[in-house]
Amino acid sequence: MFEATPLNRRNARVELVVKLLFLLMTVVLVLPVLTILSILLVKGTPALSWEFLTTMPEKGMTAGGILPPLLGTVWLVAGSVVATVPLGVAAAIYLSEYAPDNWFTRIINLAIVNLAGVPSIVHALFGLGAFVLFFGFGTSILAASLTLGVMNLPVVIVATREALQSVPRAFREACWSLGATRWQTIREVVLPNSFSGILTGVILTVSRAAGETAPIMFTGAVFYSPFLPQGIFDETMAMALHLFVIATQVPGVPEAVPFAVALVLITMVLAMNALAIALRVHLRGKKKW
Amino acid sequence: MVSPGPSHPVPVEGAGGRGRTSVRPVQGPPKLEVRDLWLGYGSRTVLRQVSLSVRENEILGIIGPANGGKTSFLRALNRMNELTPGMWVRGQILLDGEDISRLPNVYSLRRRIGVVFPLPVGLPLSIYDNVALAPRLAGIRSKAKLDEIVERCLVRAALWDEVKDRLHALGSLLSGGQQQRLTIARALSQDPELLLLDEFSIAVDPVTTMRIEDVLKELKREITIVLVTNLVQQARRLADRTAFFLNGEVVEIGETEALFQGKVEDPRTLEYLEGKFG
Repeated sequence: MFEATPLNRRNARVELVVKLLFLLMTVVLVLPVLTILSILLVKGTPALSWEFLTTMPEKGMTAGGILPPLLGTVWLVAGSVVATVPLGVAAAIYLSEYAPDNWFTRIINLAIVNLAGVPSIVHALFGLGAFVLFFGFGTSILAASLTLGVMNLPVVIVATREALQSVPRAFREACWSLGATRWQTIREVVLPNSFSGILTGVILTVSRAAGETAPIMFTGAVFYSPFLPQGIFDETMAMALHLFVIATQVPGVPEAVPFAVALVLITMVLAMNALAIALRVHLRGKKKW
Repeated sequence: MVSPGPSHPVPVEGAGGRGRTSVRPVQGPPKLEVRDLWLGYGSRTVLRQVSLSVRENEILGIIGPANGGKTSFLRALNRMNELTPGMWVRGQILLDGEDISRLPNVYSLRRRIGVVFPLPVGLPLSIYDNVALAPRLAGIRSKAKLDEIVERCLVRAALWDEVKDRLHALGSLLSGGQQQRLTIARALSQDPELLLLDEFSIAVDPVTTMRIEDVLKELKREITIVLVTNLVQQARRLADRTAFFLNGEVVEIGETEALFQGKVEDPRTLEYLEGKFG
């Protein structure tokens, strides 16, 4: 009665083949990541040292450290987060919690989708026109941060809106029926339960901002600067641009140095991603429903 | 609060109920009166020409098959229609003789009306905070006062003994039956005058259902209750009067016992009560 029929056996074989095939695909997916990381580690580690991270470049960037681009990237990322997060989260709250479903809202949603699809070089030119020239910020950390911020806005908005909408409508209705206003409901019930999703979106934008070259190239990042930036109206060096420069534009750079710069950059980005994942796991552990 | 107006010297006996005579003694003016209510979503009309009244301190049962407009009716009573995209309401709803659509402060209206939903909604807050939420929103800050409200409401909802040692555990992790009693405690936390229950027993085990029914019988002394139920026998156990909603109309409204004894105006009521459809 429980003996396998030929059909059962064939299904079992197909099942096995399909499973192995998907496993293979997954492994193939992991390969490039592992390859990149291991090449960077092997070739870049010799150049890495505490001095490398904390000193100025010397001899036309063929020697010395990477302190200016490292600090510059931190400035740019921080600036873009400060510019994007309040705006993006507020817009997402409006779209998710307040906006009626009409042509105006649909146009806004369409605009966000399109903004997400704009190539980063176009953002760069927009930033050049708007922030550097029109608003007169010059090529500066401010202009570059705002350009990165505009580029990241759709990411923050979409991630926040998804997070808000993952909170069941029944929670809102229960809160409304207690006489709460929309804002009280958002504050007491919706935001606390979508916090991890919003945070994940924010951290993703951080790694994106750290890695982008095009948007900052015309708006605030420079080829080389002998000084550290003193304020938001100064130009700055940045990791991604610095990597491009020493890898392709400067003769005589020791082979290990570009790999070391890439390693530091990827470590920064991966550390942010790891932080996002850790926070997510931590907050999911406290999941409330 | 506005005292009941003088415009209703005699109870309006189910204005849409084709003039059944009451077997109960004459009581005060209605707590809630609905006159010629129409409502729907977009171009779809869900409820047509509903007129009925609910007396002070009674339980009005609302029965009828699904899609009869029962839940939508409850939503109109605390103006939740304003938060429901596409939902419209025409007609008059009077609470203590006041037209609720004219009340300037919809939030204070909702505070006077407690709502219990079909599926228990324990908010993802602690048990304590679930019950203290409405008083806090209403501006009560005193810890002692909040403690008192939380304990009183949980006791009234027959949940206190089960949760008193873990008030700071999450309300949304309680069992379904406990969550539903938590929802009732939360609805009571704002001292409502009117309690709306929408098929509260749908996700609750029979024992808990009976406990909640006992709670409702107690509460009736102080507040007025509208009970939408899909269980005909539950209406019989609890409701003083019962309204039968069918396809968006009130077919009949009358004293529950009389209806169950077969004294109906419309044969469809009897067929539903006897389980011939629905």
